[in-house]
Amino acid sequence: MTTTAVPRQAAAPAASTVKAPVTARPSEAPATRRTLRGRVRRLADAAVTPLELDDVLDVFHPLRAGAPLRGRIVEVRAETDDSATIVIKPGKDWSGHVPGQYIRVGAEVDGVRLWRTYSLTHGPRRDGCLSITVKAIPGGLVSHHLVRSARPGEMLQLAAAQGDFVLPDPLPAKLLLVTAGSGITPVIGMLRNLYSRASAPATDIMLVHVNASESSAIFRDELREHAEAGHLTLIERYDDRDGLLDVADPEAGLAALVPDLDDRLAYACGPAGLLDALESFHAARGLELTTERFRPVVLGDAGAGGTVTFTSGPTAEADGTTPLLDAGESAGVLMPSGCRIGVCFGCVLPLKEGAVRDLRNGAITRAVPGETGPEGIPIQTCINAAAGPCSLDDAG
Amino acid sequence: MTVITKQPVNPTSHLTPENIEQLGRDLDAIRQSTLDARGEKDAAYIRKVVDVQRKLELGSRAVLTVSILPPAWIAGTIGLSIAKILENMEIGHNVMHGQWDWMRDPKIHSTTWEWDNASTAEAWKHSHNEVHHTYTNIVGKDNDLGYGIMRVDEDQRWAPFHLGQPLWNFINACFFEYGIAAYDLELGKNLAVPKEKRSEKFQADLKKTFAKIRRQAKKDYLIHPALGLPTGSVVPILAANFTANLVRNLWSHSVIMCGHFPEGVETFEKKAIPDNETRGEWYLRQMLGSANISGSKTMHLMTGNLSHQIEHHLFPDLPSSRYAEIAPQVKAVFETYGLSYVEGSLPKQVYSAWHKVVRLSLPNGFLATTTVKNVPQQAALLYKMSTGGRKVRRAAQARLEQTARRMKAASAA
Repeated sequence: MTTTAVPRQAAAPAASTVKAPVTARPSEAPATRRTLRGRVRRLADAAVTPLELDDVLDVFHPLRAGAPLRGRIVEVRAETDDSATIVIKPGKDWSGHVPGQYIRVGAEVDGVRLWRTYSLTHGPRRDGCLSITVKAIPGGLVSHHLVRSARPGEMLQLAAAQGDFVLPDPLPAKLLLVTAGSGITPVIGMLRNLYSRASAPATDIMLVHVNASESSAIFRDELREHAEAGHLTLIERYDDRDGLLDVADPEAGLAALVPDLDDRLAYACGPAGLLDALESFHAARGLELTTERFRPVVLGDAGAGGTVTFTSGPTAEADGTTPLLDAGESAGVLMPSGCRIGVCFGCVLPLKEGAVRDLRNGAITRAVPGETGPEGIPIQTCINAAAGPCSLDDAG
Repeated sequence: MTVITKQPVNPTSHLTPENIEQLGRDLDAIRQSTLDARGEKDAAYIRKVVDVQRKLELGSRAVLTVSILPPAWIAGTIGLSIAKILENMEIGHNVMHGQWDWMRDPKIHSTTWEWDNASTAEAWKHSHNEVHHTYTNIVGKDNDLGYGIMRVDEDQRWAPFHLGQPLWNFINACFFEYGIAAYDLELGKNLAVPKEKRSEKFQADLKKTFAKIRRQAKKDYLIHPALGLPTGSVVPILAANFTANLVRNLWSHSVIMCGHFPEGVETFEKKAIPDNETRGEWYLRQMLGSANISGSKTMHLMTGNLSHQIEHHLFPDLPSSRYAEIAPQVKAVFETYGLSYVEGSLPKQVYSAWHKVVRLSLPNGFLATTTVKNVPQQAALLYKMSTGGRKVRRAAQARLEQTARRMKAASAA
């Protein structure tokens, strides 16, 4: 029941060689405990117990080095009627990203901290800020908040950049980019980065940009400027003008739009329907395709759900389509979380008892006390839903 | 007070089971409307309180580093006392109740919060949230009733030990945080067990509590005073920390006494509580078992909104900032169902609670039967009851109660 509509997962048949930058704070080595700095820090912690020095410093300087990663909004710029670019000044520990990657953003929406992932829509910027472009989607709490209510000065929680949807280095001679709706967001980051360089890349880039209508096309004017400047070949497709794009159609499909399709390395980002069509189309032609998906495909036939018990106390009634992660968060449980699409395993908790169902494939996981061991079965809460009553260990 | 089931007229006897379930639904509706309204404003409130508290504590401790100057000592000590009170009452108590968990901010969450108190958050959450809030005012089950060292209900049997309870209560008030720690550990019960038979959990908890007390003492009585070395303020800082802890202890003890001890608050018999108490019945017990303190906004803040004890006991996980707003609605429910909403000013309730502690330090009916004239006889009787065996006590007790009844009947006639 995730409400975000930005692309996230890189389901890349062509494995990218570029890895996410290392952003974790270096863990304190035992040796540093004996250094002067370590001693001073421990003394300061003891002076403010039961708080830690960081809690006190947070009051005065939340963006300092060593603080949990956060950012302050410096600008909210409308892109279309229902989308906006949020420029964020990150904390000192922000260690950069590769264009095409996404970040996790935690925003306080009506007092509640909600996490979503958004693609970074810039290359590295000179001012050290980062930007995301958000489209307000129907029922999307965070996207509506960011587009309509967020103001400069507001603090956001951040996590390090992630994702494999990045261009190869060196670039191929010919590139095809297919985007739909807000699927343009990681791609605009790639393009802005390429064209901000002193020498424009020699790569021949073709961008097929699909949108419901001309007025809802994010970055429309910027892309047209690039096209006019000869940076890329832009093909704009509007559903209301041209009808829905049928990828495989030999007359009006992708092959018709892009004559030299077979020579181009392809990247695509957009809703699942388009990506599925592209994947089968490319596979049939024996072509490589790297995609970034909106959200995991949820099976239509859902189970009955059940009562979820958390060892920290709360219980939640969850239906068969609600991820346990959402159910827990709604019940006020501090759930560990990560990508929310079944990728990062940042949300794993042991299932102590009961059954859960994988929302992607319907696979049932069962834990039977006395049979499956006292430590339970670790499951990903973001892509599993209750399949009857179950209990999760969130206290360990 | 006498458990409601033994009173001449049970204050709930006019309510049918259907009434009680309807009452439960009425209160659930108040709860739901508050949950629906809860949002940005509430989050901003608690963040503000945390922010102000941290700055106040830091500022006060900074001022105290030059507390060799009397004005600095006075200002710093007042500031530190207020900071410690805010930290324990409006922030710590309420955060650990999970009142702010809905914000999903790991920094303001019941599972991560630790407070400026001798008792560990973990131990306190168990004895307070699980035991006291579930079994509120059930004699023999709710240890908050007299903290296991005092007799605060007529239905607790009198023993000579109770004569000293005004003194115990005062000592407990001065060192309340350690009292809470001992109480959360169930120290009395556990120490009665031979050392080698004490549970592993108790031993682990004891260790954690000692570690906590050490950390707290190190901060207040070692590191902070050391910062006064350059200005020769070591002793004044020590004194300031001791004073601030004392003030915090006396204050929180007074507020907490007012929650369940004042006259008019009802208690319950263990065997009269059904195994599967319904939501309505649980609500009813919370309504009758708590008392409010009336006063200004500042007073409510400084009590951590425990001045809205009734609302807090009905809805322990609603944000404290909402109690004042729902109080009139809760009061209306009391009126609808003909129940009494116990409320009074802080001095009145503190007096009432202390009066009960003194009255019940003596056998039932003792104060009522004492007049100016019979003081010597009464003193002799008390001496006999205190030194005599159980049989002597029981006989004397029966006589006392008989006399009390007669005197009451005579004055009524």
